[in-house]
Amino acid sequence: MLKRFFKPLSSLRLTVALLFIGLVLVFFGTLNQASEGLYSAQNRYFRSFFIWVGPAGAGWKVPVFPAGYLVGGLLLVNLVAAHTARFKLSWKKSGIFLTHIGVILLLVGQLATDLLSTESSLGLMEGETKNYSEDFHANELALIDTSDPKEDTVVAIPESSLKEKKDIQNPALPFTVRVKEYWPNALIVRPMAEGAIVPATTAGELKGLGVFPQPEAKTMDERSLPAAVVELLEGSKSFGTWLVSTRADLSDPIVVDGKTWKISFRFARYYKDFQMTLLKATHEKYVGTDIPKNFASRVRVQMAGSPEARETVIYMNNPLRYGGYTFFQYQMGADEMARQRMNGLGSSTFQVVKNPSWLTPYLACILVGLGLLVQFMIHLVGFIMKRSGKPHRTLSRPTPAGASAQ
Amino acid sequence: MKKLLPWILTIAFAAWVVSSLVPRKESGFHTQDFARLPVLHEGRLQPWDSVCRNTLLQLRGKQAFSFEEHDASGKTTLRTNMTAVQWALEAMFKPALADTRPVFRIDHPDLKGLLGVPIEEKNVSWNQVIPKFSELHSLATNAATIKPQLRSPYDVAVLRLYSAGNLFLQLKNTLQAEQSADFIGELLDYLQNLDAGRTAVINRQAGKDYDEAAFKKLAGHIEMFDRIQKLSLPLVVPPSDPNDKDEHWKNLGDQLIGAIRGDHLHESVTFYAAMGAGYRSGDTAKFNKAVADYTALLDKTYPKAETKGAREFAFNAFEPFYKASAIYVAAFILGLAFWVTASPWTRRAAFSLVGLAFIIHTGGLIFRMVLEGRPPVTNLYSSAIFIGWGACILGMVLERFYKDGVGVVVSSAIGFVTLVIAHNLALGGDTMIMLRAVLDTNIWLATHVVVVTLGYASTFVAGFLALIFVFRGFFTAGLGDVARKNLSRMVYAILCFATLFSFVGTVLGGIWADQSWGRFWGWDPKENGALMIVLWNAMILHARWGGMVKERGIMNLAIAGNIVTAWSWFGTNMLGIGLHAYGFTDSGFKWLMVFNASQLLFIGVGLLPLRLWASYQKARPAAGKGERTPATSGVA
Repeated sequence: MLKRFFKPLSSLRLTVALLFIGLVLVFFGTLNQASEGLYSAQNRYFRSFFIWVGPAGAGWKVPVFPAGYLVGGLLLVNLVAAHTARFKLSWKKSGIFLTHIGVILLLVGQLATDLLSTESSLGLMEGETKNYSEDFHANELALIDTSDPKEDTVVAIPESSLKEKKDIQNPALPFTVRVKEYWPNALIVRPMAEGAIVPATTAGELKGLGVFPQPEAKTMDERSLPAAVVELLEGSKSFGTWLVSTRADLSDPIVVDGKTWKISFRFARYYKDFQMTLLKATHEKYVGTDIPKNFASRVRVQMAGSPEARETVIYMNNPLRYGGYTFFQYQMGADEMARQRMNGLGSSTFQVVKNPSWLTPYLACILVGLGLLVQFMIHLVGFIMKRSGKPHRTLSRPTPAGASAQ
Repeated sequence: MKKLLPWILTIAFAAWVVSSLVPRKESGFHTQDFARLPVLHEGRLQPWDSVCRNTLLQLRGKQAFSFEEHDASGKTTLRTNMTAVQWALEAMFKPALADTRPVFRIDHPDLKGLLGVPIEEKNVSWNQVIPKFSELHSLATNAATIKPQLRSPYDVAVLRLYSAGNLFLQLKNTLQAEQSADFIGELLDYLQNLDAGRTAVINRQAGKDYDEAAFKKLAGHIEMFDRIQKLSLPLVVPPSDPNDKDEHWKNLGDQLIGAIRGDHLHESVTFYAAMGAGYRSGDTAKFNKAVADYTALLDKTYPKAETKGAREFAFNAFEPFYKASAIYVAAFILGLAFWVTASPWTRRAAFSLVGLAFIIHTGGLIFRMVLEGRPPVTNLYSSAIFIGWGACILGMVLERFYKDGVGVVVSSAIGFVTLVIAHNLALGGDTMIMLRAVLDTNIWLATHVVVVTLGYASTFVAGFLALIFVFRGFFTAGLGDVARKNLSRMVYAILCFATLFSFVGTVLGGIWADQSWGRFWGWDPKENGALMIVLWNAMILHARWGGMVKERGIMNLAIAGNIVTAWSWFGTNMLGIGLHAYGFTDSGFKWLMVFNASQLLFIGVGLLPLRLWASYQKARPAAGKGERTPATSGVA
């Protein structure tokens, strides 16, 4: 019974078909990165079950081709099923066994990475200290209670909730947030500017300014900077209407029930229980050229509440692993021109990665490499033995001559 | 006699190779000794030789310069050949003469129209370019604002000529200012006047009386040196502290203007000035003495630079990859001859020639690694060299086992083709250019590139074996039972290794990425290309194990593997540029398409029914039914 169920799933035909589909998928996924942008192409081709296509402007789409999750998932099922239904462990197949375990580990590890890992960035000016990193794509509307001089209380509303343009309530907020307008990517312009939309605003530093909507960012090195119009209400009593944008990281204060709140539309933040200070950013170039030779950042990290601080240098290919995160040297603004722009201060940006399954590819690589090597060596030795006329004990098989190299 | 032929041939080729290693004494100016002198350019220590060759490449597309002079009837009266260094010496020390040399290659007809040169002329001189240079400047400024993928061929040609013109200007203002009539005299004058001039400047700034003549003289000199400071191509003045880790070389202008502040004047300045004076006046002894003395000085004070210059010069002059490719051709012809004539000496000769070429190929590879202090693969150029090298080993191993000429043909053909590809890639400029910080050597990166490139090489070998199968089977009657079975086994064995190398290489690449920026897999085009090779090889193996394809099927799939690999190797590099790219990548794209079409053609032939195959015609009656294959019992 179980066998009948496993048989089609474990077939080599399915393996071959999946490998081929995978190849086609990777090819088109790569080709379309140029036109669709790296991030969106990745999500469409690899981080989904199907590639959906529909006519431009229409509200519907149909799946036309299996995408990464489906192909990878089926390959995983196929492999596991094959080992359950067909494979019997033997010395002769030990290499294949190792290889397949390695591939399974790689696929599972990458799925785990996809689900569990986070990537964010931490940009610092020299001398600046932060205890949070910022998301590469996501934004949030932050409402910050600044009454406690020691600690701020933040209520962060994710951007996705703003898209629906509804009233948002939260027990920690003494008011309702009403989202009146939302633009996924917009410039802030003077109200007289041509094509500007001027929302009715009553408060904040962007009061009276206009909005100029833009198409959403496509490439990896640009990001959409959304804007929204929000009103804060208590019942029917309005505290004001704000224009907020991630372009202007302004925190406009408002007092409610004796507490001072700030409102800020910003890149989504991930707070850490430690803080990092950039002490010095170094940007070396090869003499007589603009080719960067090395980027290095001297930083100090300090756990919250702990007097102990640690100084270290993060540079290319030499990340800092600290507090469950890994900090990689990512961007650098410390050459003469950048310093001139920033009053002599250099800046440095780190990619902050948390990936609990980072070790799986290392293990997978060892297993698969070893497995393939063992398997091919078994064949090679058998082949050489056969050629030299000595039958190999474990390998001599009653097969025709032509099969000896298999 | 036939027994000795392989030896005679190999020794003859070896003698040719060795003969070029023997240094030849130059009469007249010792330009080769000059060519060895080290400078710092593009962030790396290199000899003048490399600077001049790469500059000439940008202007001319060649590493040497030749031109013809014609009489009134258009008959060639004189053909002059110059090495890159000889040409550069002329440009630096006799700029007015160099301005008349047709050293700029232009192909675009509209550009010829702009310059007003006849359409059939391919090379123009600076004198022909200069009247239109300001026009060229505005055209180029305009073209530079257009995104590279949207530029028209004319834009590209304009930009190229404009940058070549600037390069030429820079070269002319490296060792003296272009307009300088007597540089060494000016230099001495400047140094003599230095104290008086400096005092004059200070007094003038303080509003006191000052020596106007000294002031004016100094200002005139500074103006001239300023030109060198701004234009100069390589940095020619070594650091005053030879142990300076950062190699703070200066250009001549920096050094001379720095002398006002009291900077120590490096001896190189006077040596170079003497070389210039000797060269201009035709005084070979003076030039040669200055070169020799400067070399001796460097040898004593800065041996590291002197050695680097001499070594890289030797490497440039030896041209190991050119020599290896010539020997590969000879081996290839002998390998084919073996299939036709079946005389054993041809195979043995082919094998020993491949061995010789391989030794030279390896020597060049290692020499480059030592010069750069890097792993063998750092850019597209070196990947071509390395793929050829890897394929050559695999072919030789196959030949050792099967002794049927297939291995030598594989080694020599892939070796030759990859070296030709490398040669064309080298036309883009310096192949040892410094790497960006992120590509700085790291153990994971080094092993990744080596292993994944071996994956490319072995996939190409499998594909090439399959091409031999189709070619010999379809077009010739030479693919007998044994040859066929042998080829099948070879393809299978090589595919296994290709899978191993490409998988491990790809994963190591991911591990390097994880080490460098914390992302094992980023779906980057190059990563995806490598992944496609893994998927394709794994697919062929599984299809074989499942009995879904037989002998010919595997051959056709292996040929398709060539397309997958070529895409991964080159296609992914063209992605960012898009289909509208011109210039080198345009011709690169064209060749990629030609290659893919030829592989598809072979697959088409491979799919034709067996009764059309020449090799099966006489065997058919005996075969009885359709396709005969060795038993393919699966491992899986």
